Amino acid sequence: MTTAVELVQDAPLTIGGRTFQSRLMVGTGKYRDNDTMARAIEASGAEIVTVAVRRVNLDRTKQEGILYHLDPKKYFLLANTAGCFTAEDAVRYARLAREAGFNEFVKLEVIGDQETLLPDVQGLLEAARTLVREGFKVLAYTNEDLVIALRLEDAGCAAVMPLASPIGSGLGLLNPFSVRTIKRRLQVPVIVDAGVGTASDACVTLEQGVDGILMNTALAAARDPVAMAHAMRLAVEAGRAAFLAGRMPRREVALPSSPAEGMLD
Amino acid sequence: MTQTIDVVVNGERRPVARDATLLELLRSLELDPRAVVVEHNRRIVRRPALGEVRVVEGDAIELVHFVGGG
Repeated sequence: MTTAVELVQDAPLTIGGRTFQSRLMVGTGKYRDNDTMARAIEASGAEIVTVAVRRVNLDRTKQEGILYHLDPKKYFLLANTAGCFTAEDAVRYARLAREAGFNEFVKLEVIGDQETLLPDVQGLLEAARTLVREGFKVLAYTNEDLVIALRLEDAGCAAVMPLASPIGSGLGLLNPFSVRTIKRRLQVPVIVDAGVGTASDACVTLEQGVDGILMNTALAAARDPVAMAHAMRLAVEAGRAAFLAGRMPRREVALPSSPAEGMLD
Repeated sequence: MTQTIDVVVNGERRPVARDATLLELLRSLELDPRAVVVEHNRRIVRRPALGEVRVVEGDAIELVHFVGGG
């Protein structure tokens, strides 16, 4: 049997010279336990999985690192610089991550505001330039501002990651127009990151034509994270397929689906 | 006779043997050197060099690894 998705011709996603089959990327934070996390990630079909860099817990309550629960051969681990409020800190975390990790990719975050966790785009650009010079493949978490996205691309970022809405908010894609504009104007992949709440949000996001989507809380905070991960997988495939299929134009007035001719007198 | 000195590991002051290497410090903390990244006075020390770098009084050492994150 041929599924609808197989009928759609689509190229795999390539970021910084690496190719990925899944357009859904997932985080590993905030799960109630590691087993749920591992099963949710499996159900999502994601290949790219984000992790954070933190101090090892030195007291003997033995808090294990995430790598005990994620096979680095199975998943592409993308370290983030979450929690960094300056370019200098973000660069420091990125260097530690490269040493800890298995690749030169980093999801660069420089946060500018504690309440909204919105990016500090000045610090972001500065950190991106430094890291690109040091050979990193930078995936830059940014707001949905076209001009900043263009600057990040000019700085050599491997991908630009505009937000759907604030991190952990679950508000969905608030500015489809801006995200579409960024996608239209950039050459590098555009991955929407943060703010997804449920499957329809992911679907609408992919319908804008962006290359991929990254989410964490939408899975971790769902009542059933594994079931939600499955829903997200389908939503991302559906959204991508709908984008490739090309939606009908919007009309302000009705257009009958049944013939106007052949009606009885 | 072993003497100890104080270093700061992950923000906490800890005694270690004088002239201990970073590798010995990790062992004393029961940490697998393959599972952590070591930053010594803001410089990353790669795994092969951990046995060569000795700590001195007041050194700041950060031991990090990957945890769950988005």
